[in-house]
Amino acid sequence: MLRLIVRRLLQLVPTLFGLSVLLFVWLRQLPGGPVTARLGERATEADRIQMERLLGLDKPLWEQYGIFLRDLITLDFGDSTRTGRPVWDEFTQRFPATVELGLSAILLAVVAGIPLGYFAARRRGSWLDAGAVSGSLLGICVPVFFLAFILKEIFAVTLGWFPSSGRLTTGIDATEVTGFAVLDGLLTREWDASADALWHLVLPAVALSSIPLAVIVRMTRASVLEVLQEDYVRTAESKGLHRATVRGRHVLRNALLPVITAIGLLTGSLLSGAVLTETVFAWNGIGSFIRDAIDARDYPVLTSFILFIALAYVLINMLVDLTYSLIDPRVRVH
Amino acid sequence: MHAVRSALRSRTRSAAVLIAAVTALGLAASACATSERDDDSADDGEAFVFAAAGDPASLDPALASDGETFRITRQVLETLIDHESGGTEMVGGLAETWESNPEGTEWTFHLREGVTFHDGEALTGEVVCQNFDRWFNFTGTYQATALTYYWQAEFGGFAENQNEEAPEPNYAGCEAPDDLTAVIKVARPSAVYPGAFSLAAFAIHSPKSLDAYAEDEASGEGENINYPAYSQGEGHDGEIVIAGTGPFRYESWDKSNGEVTISRFDDYWGEPAGFDEIVFRTISDEGARRQALEAGEIHGYDLVAPGDVDALTEAGFQVPTRGVFNLFYLGITQESDPALEDLRVRRAIAHALDRQTLVDTQLPEGGVVATQFIPDTVDGYAEDVTTYEYDTAKAQDLLAEAGAGDLSLEFCYPTEVTRPYMPAPADMYELLKADLEAAGITVSPKPMKWSPDYLDTTRAGGCNLYLLGWTGDFNDAYNFLGTWFDGYSKEWGFENQELFDAMAAAAVEPDVATRVEMYRELNRMIMDFLPGVPISSSPPSIAFSPDVNPPTVSPLTQEKFAEGSFA
Repeated sequence: MLRLIVRRLLQLVPTLFGLSVLLFVWLRQLPGGPVTARLGERATEADRIQMERLLGLDKPLWEQYGIFLRDLITLDFGDSTRTGRPVWDEFTQRFPATVELGLSAILLAVVAGIPLGYFAARRRGSWLDAGAVSGSLLGICVPVFFLAFILKEIFAVTLGWFPSSGRLTTGIDATEVTGFAVLDGLLTREWDASADALWHLVLPAVALSSIPLAVIVRMTRASVLEVLQEDYVRTAESKGLHRATVRGRHVLRNALLPVITAIGLLTGSLLSGAVLTETVFAWNGIGSFIRDAIDARDYPVLTSFILFIALAYVLINMLVDLTYSLIDPRVRVH
Repeated sequence: MHAVRSALRSRTRSAAVLIAAVTALGLAASACATSERDDDSADDGEAFVFAAAGDPASLDPALASDGETFRITRQVLETLIDHESGGTEMVGGLAETWESNPEGTEWTFHLREGVTFHDGEALTGEVVCQNFDRWFNFTGTYQATALTYYWQAEFGGFAENQNEEAPEPNYAGCEAPDDLTAVIKVARPSAVYPGAFSLAAFAIHSPKSLDAYAEDEASGEGENINYPAYSQGEGHDGEIVIAGTGPFRYESWDKSNGEVTISRFDDYWGEPAGFDEIVFRTISDEGARRQALEAGEIHGYDLVAPGDVDALTEAGFQVPTRGVFNLFYLGITQESDPALEDLRVRRAIAHALDRQTLVDTQLPEGGVVATQFIPDTVDGYAEDVTTYEYDTAKAQDLLAEAGAGDLSLEFCYPTEVTRPYMPAPADMYELLKADLEAAGITVSPKPMKWSPDYLDTTRAGGCNLYLLGWTGDFNDAYNFLGTWFDGYSKEWGFENQELFDAMAAAAVEPDVATRVEMYRELNRMIMDFLPGVPISSSPPSIAFSPDVNPPTVSPLTQEKFAEGSFA
C-alpha cells in the first residue's frame, strides 16, 4: 500500500512539470495579456510598457519560466496580477468554499444516486426505472447554469425557502476556524451559523450534483443489471443465501466497482462545474475566481490554480484506487 | 479464501480506527475552537446591503481607479471638493471654498471648521499637505500605474521618478499658512483642476493613518504588484487603520464572503447617516444580483440590465433614473482603410446610422442620442454643431461620390460585457450593422472578448469600426475630449494638427469661462472633422428595494449612501 502511494506520488512530479510547461506556454499564447486587463480602457502606451516591465512580461519566455520554477521551489506562487494579493492567500481563502460545495454535491449524488440506480435496476421496466432513466438523462442534458437559475427562481425568489446567493447570511456573526462554514459552526458551537451555512449550501449543491447524480444513477443501474445476470449471483441464490446477503455482498458490492471509479473521475470534474455554479450563486470559491482570472489573463493565478487542481485530481483518484482495494478483495490479493 | 476474509476484516478494522481517529481529532479541535462572537452584536440595527459587481481593489482610494472601490471609499473618505447631491456641479467638500491665482498654478482651499477623523484627529491644512506630499513621494511599486493611475493622470509623476515612462510631475508642493487653509501648487495650469480635487482617489486620510501606512510597503518584482497590507484591511493586528472624515467608518473586509462592512460615524460634521451599517456584497453575476434583490437578501444593486428595469418597477422595486454622464460612440480607425480617410465616407457612415432607434430599443429610460463627444450635462456642450441625421439615401450618395460604393469594413464589438454606456454590445452591433448594410457597406463582424482582446485590438488600430465609450470623472469637457483627441493615437489613426493644437490650448487655459468657450469651438471642429460617430449618452440604472428611502442618484455614480434610510 505504502509503495503504491509513493509510486503514485512520484509519478506526479513529471505530470505536474509537463503541465506547468504547457500551461506556461499556452496561457501566454492567448490573445491579450494581463496588462490591459489590469489597467483597463484608460491606460496609455507608457502605462502599458511600465506595467509589462513590472510584471516581468518583457523578459523572454524561458526566463519567465525559470523565475516561475525558482519561485515554485521555494513555494512562492507569485501574486495575482488582478488583485495584487499572493496567489497562495487567494487559494487558501477560497479552497474550503469549493471543497465544501463539491463534497456536498458528490455526497448528495452518491447518497441519492446509488439507491436510485439500484432500485431502478431491481425493478426494471417499472415507473421508478423509467423515472430514473429519463430524470438522469435530463440531469446530463440541462446546462448547470440554467438549472441553477431555475432553482433560484423557484426556491429562492418565488418560494423564498432558500437563499439565492452567498455562503452565509449577511450580518451573521460566524467565527472562522477552518474556512468550512458548516464545520466551523459546529466546532465553535455557533449552531445558528452552521445551520445558516447548510441552508445556503442546498441550492448550489443540488445544482452542482445534477450531472454526477445522473451519471451515478445510470452507471449503478447498468452495472447492477449486468451483475444480476452473473453466474455467481444465481449460485448464491440457489445456495439458499439470504436475499439481503446476496444483494449486499454479491450484487451491490460487485456492481459498485465501476461506479466508484466514476465517482473519482466525477469528483475531479466537479471543479469545472463549480466555475459556473459558483458564479451564479455568488459562491466565493476557486471556481468563480478562476473565471475572473481567465478574463483578466491572470497568469500566476491560472498557472498555480490549475496545478493545484491537477494535484487534487490525482490525489482524489489515488484515494479512489485505495477505496477500490478496500471494497474489492481481489485487488488487494494481487 | 480465509486469507482474503481475514484481510478484509483487518481492513474494516483499519477503516474503523481511521474514522475514530478523525472523530477524535475533530472533537479535540472543537475543544480548541472558540467562538469570537461579540455579546452585544445582537443590539445592532439592520444593515443596508448593497450588491456590487466586483470586489474593491483596495480600501485606500489613492491606490485604485475602479468604480467598485470608489463606491465604498467615498462613504468613508472625503475630498476637498465634492459634487452636489444628484448633480455634476462642484460644491464644497472638506474645503468650504477654494480659489486659484490668475495663472491657475496655486489652488487655495479654505477648510471646514470642526472636522474630525474617525480616529479623533482634527482636519487641518497641514494634514491636507501631508496627504498630497505622501502621494507625490511614492516610490517603488507605488509608482506603477496600476496602483496610482489617478495621481499620474492628474498630477504627473513623482518627486523622484523611478520609471522612465513616468510623466513629468506637475505637483509643485503644498503649504498650510494656517490651520484651516491649504495651498496646493502645480507647475503648469491644466484643465483638470480644480476637478481633480474632487476625485475619490485624492480623499484626505487621518495623519495617524498615514503613520500606520508608512509601516507597510507595496512590493513588486517579477509577476508581483502587491497592494500594501493596510489597504487590504490586513496587518496592524487585524484592525483597518484607514480613517477618513466621512459619514461612515470602516468595520471589516470579509474576503471569504466578499463583504465590506462600514458603520455610521457619530461625530460626522454633516448630517448623520441614515443607516447604522452598510454591507457591500460582491455578486458578480448580473442575474444573480437581480434574484438576490427579488429574494429580499439585498436592498439595492447597480448596473441593472435595461431589460430588467420594467419588470423590477412593476414588481414594486425602485429604479430611479440617473442623469447622463457618459458617451457611447462608433470609433473609426482612419488609417486602417484609405476610404475612411475620406470625410465623405465618414459622413456617409454617420448618416447611415439610425441612432434614435438604438436609443429607444437598447438603452434604459433617460438615454439620448449624442450629437457630439460630450453629454449635454458637461460645460462646453455646443448646441450648434454639425449634425448627421439618419438618411440612408444621403449615405449612399456620399459613398458613390467618394467612389466607395463597394466599401467593405471590419466591425469589432465586445462580447460578455456590459458597460454603463453600452448595456448590450452584441445587440447594438446588430442594429448598427443592419443600418450600414442598408447603405451598401459590407460589414464583417469581429466579436472579441472585452478584456484584454477587444481593448488591445481597438487600441492597436486593429479594427475599421468599433464600439467604445467613456464615463466622466468630473464636470470638465477635457475629461472627455482630452481622452480621445489630444494627439495622434492608433485607435483613431489620424493626424489633425489644428485639432491637436486647439486641444493643447484649451488644456492650459486657466480661465474657466474662456475654457468652456474653447470647448464649444472644439466640439464644432470635431463634429465637422467627424473622427467617429457619437451615438448616445445613457444613465446606468440602479435599483433599490421598496423598504428603503434611497439616496439621491448621481450622474457621476457617486451616490452618498448616508442620505438613505429604511422607510
